[in-house]
Amino acid sequence: MEANLIEIHGLRKQFGSLAALDGVDLTVGRGKIVGLLGPNGSGKTTLIKILNGLLCPTAGSVLVDGHAPGLYTKAAVSYLPDKPYFAPWMRVRDAIELFQDFYKDFDRVKADDMCRMMELDESRQIKTLSKGTQEKMQLMLVMSRHAQLYLLDEPIAGVDPAARDAILDTILTNYCENSTVVISTHLISDIEKVLDEAVFLKKGRIVLHDSVEAIREREGKSVDAYFREVFRVAPVNGGNETCSEN
Amino acid sequence: MDFQLDNNLPIWPQLLERMTERILTRRYPPGSKLPSVRELALEAGVNPNTMQRALSQLEANGLVVTNRTAGRVVTEDEAVLDATRCRLAQERIAQYFSGMAKIGYAEDDAAALIAERKEQKNGSESD
Repeated sequence: MEANLIEIHGLRKQFGSLAALDGVDLTVGRGKIVGLLGPNGSGKTTLIKILNGLLCPTAGSVLVDGHAPGLYTKAAVSYLPDKPYFAPWMRVRDAIELFQDFYKDFDRVKADDMCRMMELDESRQIKTLSKGTQEKMQLMLVMSRHAQLYLLDEPIAGVDPAARDAILDTILTNYCENSTVVISTHLISDIEKVLDEAVFLKKGRIVLHDSVEAIREREGKSVDAYFREVFRVAPVNGGNETCSEN
Repeated sequence: MDFQLDNNLPIWPQLLERMTERILTRRYPPGSKLPSVRELALEAGVNPNTMQRALSQLEANGLVVTNRTAGRVVTEDEAVLDATRCRLAQERIAQYFSGMAKIGYAEDDAAALIAERKEQKNGSESD
């Protein structure tokens, strides 16, 4: 077992002429909850997809527990995509069984417990569930695995504040000391209390990687407020003093 | 959830303060076992590592002792509890005076107000 769960050096990903990731270096240890924070189009999803092997880097090296993304890492990584992917005919129970067949580390008891806690009816058809409930179900599946690395792409985007709390509780209860959770989001104020570290991604580059407590101590403000400052967008009618102040 | 954390300040000192209050008000009585880091983290909605840091400081302050068999236990040393209570009381008194100074009260006047309030209260109780 490597000490650093994630080691990335000089990572670049080019889509045609667009550099989605433009020289990323990142090291993440174990037992951490890390927020991958950045505005839309900053490269969060691309970075996550490279970590789980869905995309290949254009240049640079990526290691998860000392292995390049591949067979080994797919067994070690539990991934929550930003879009649902289950076939429309499937019921919740079918999805659970699919995961159980697919992943050796899937814990059926944990899955059933979480269904009970989230009041998820296993006999319901997935497509008849509300968007928020579908997201909760996917999270339930992903967190039921005993993985080393959980990659959660926008786990709270479509759900109401109460469900957000339930999702965060689920993440806090179900990750263990040797595993790391990476959560990508732009809804920072909702999740910053559960984070150890924050990574700010801006136009494919990491502009900050620090512990959230260090950010609060140094800046005297919340990570959310600091994020707004770092990624402040000039209004369209920039230069007009009365409009540029909020 | 009565932890009521302010995201603009570092979280662990706030957790430390809440936990200290719980011990001083005997919500966790002397000699009792504290809930696990995980349970407390969940209750406060914070990262377990952050809660761990607060608990370590609680231990460094002497309010809890780690017992090899029972885990973290609230100290039974009343002297430590009294000393902590005094220290926090002094801090809060200082906060009161600095708050009053901001709205133009000299220390003596601010102190007199407290005495007055206490008298009024006693008066209304005896009615």
